[in-house]
Amino acid sequence: MSAHANTHHHGPPIANKSSRIDATVLGMFLFIASEAMLFGAFFTAYFFVRVVNPEAQAWPLEPFHLPVFVAGVNTVVLVTSSFTMHWALQSIKRGNRAGLQAGLVLTLMMGLAFLITQMLEYAQIGFNPSDGAFGTIFFGLTGLHGAHVFIGLTLLAVATVRSFRGHFTPEHHHGVEIPGIYWHFVDVMWIVVYATIYLL
Amino acid sequence: MARNPFRSEAEAYRFLLLTVGYFALIVAAAAIATWLGLVVFAALTAAAVGLWLRSRQDEPAQRALVARRGGAGERRILVIANETVGGEELLAILRRKAEGVRAHVLVVCPALNSQVRTWASDEDGARAAAQRRLDASLVQLERDGVQAEGAVGDGDPLQAIEDALRTFGADEIVISTHPEGRSNWLERNVVGAARDRFDVPIMHVVVDLDASSS
Repeated sequence: MSAHANTHHHGPPIANKSSRIDATVLGMFLFIASEAMLFGAFFTAYFFVRVVNPEAQAWPLEPFHLPVFVAGVNTVVLVTSSFTMHWALQSIKRGNRAGLQAGLVLTLMMGLAFLITQMLEYAQIGFNPSDGAFGTIFFGLTGLHGAHVFIGLTLLAVATVRSFRGHFTPEHHHGVEIPGIYWHFVDVMWIVVYATIYLL
Repeated sequence: MARNPFRSEAEAYRFLLLTVGYFALIVAAAAIATWLGLVVFAALTAAAVGLWLRSRQDEPAQRALVARRGGAGERRILVIANETVGGEELLAILRRKAEGVRAHVLVVCPALNSQVRTWASDEDGARAAAQRRLDASLVQLERDGVQAEGAVGDGDPLQAIEDALRTFGADEIVISTHPEGRSNWLERNVVGAARDRFDVPIMHVVVDLDASSS
């Protein structure tokens, strides 16, 4: 942009574009930041409920009981699905299409198993979202995470179908890489949710 | 240590494994005693932040290859200067460099701004001030017969150079600063960092505005 040209410029100001932040990286940061704020709001509400009950000897308060073991098994299933996701991507990077397909199918199945187990847990947990602040926050946080799992499963389903249609090569596998990143972050969020609500 | 976990699936996977280990240790410690869980949480968080900061410093600076854009026989000179942009020492050097060759000079004036204003995207004042200094300098260069154009650049001088190189290319970069002791850029080793980062000859010009005005 010439300084001289600038003095004769009419109309809207010329856009100032800097390469300081790459647009795609900025987009991903903004997305993650919005997710962090969303979960952060729920965690804030959860910790508020805990803080206003300082006399509680055990958490959660009576009469709430959480199925820690079942949720623990579910956590193992979800973390294992990250292993298979990683395996799927490493396979296509080495040109192993069968490995990619097997990895994606296993990830999809384990993700589905997690979601179905969570629904069964909801059905048998013995309280519902209208049972006090704890019930609301519990269903809100785990439900919010469940919605993210559902979105991840949709992305994985698309990648799986594409892998069986012959898409993706060792050089071009963006369509697996992006759902993979998303899936790992869904898992990271679950570890935070499980450790905070069920264990600590 | 995992680097930016948003860049690739492999980094995100590594981040997941670290998260599993992080929470496993906190939960195990908290099961023994609540205060121990808090201690482990604080220690692990501090260690994670420390390692992350160190890994950022250890990342080797990538030396940017600069594409040549000028025509045959043309010498492209990129000048980075802010308050010293109208300094006599700088203008004399540019006049000398333009003698006898077809020189094309781009003067970039970084819009220096406070960190708070940068974060708030309040850059209008900084850009306007930089533009005023730039205009005065360009008028002077034009009087001296040096073909020059100008642009206001990013507040970070290294980033301003990188931005300019993308569109202008350069056979040489001239960085103009205040003398040692007064120059913030010298204190931050901007010239040394530019030499490490850009594969172009870099000349450093010191402009003493106080000496010129007295």
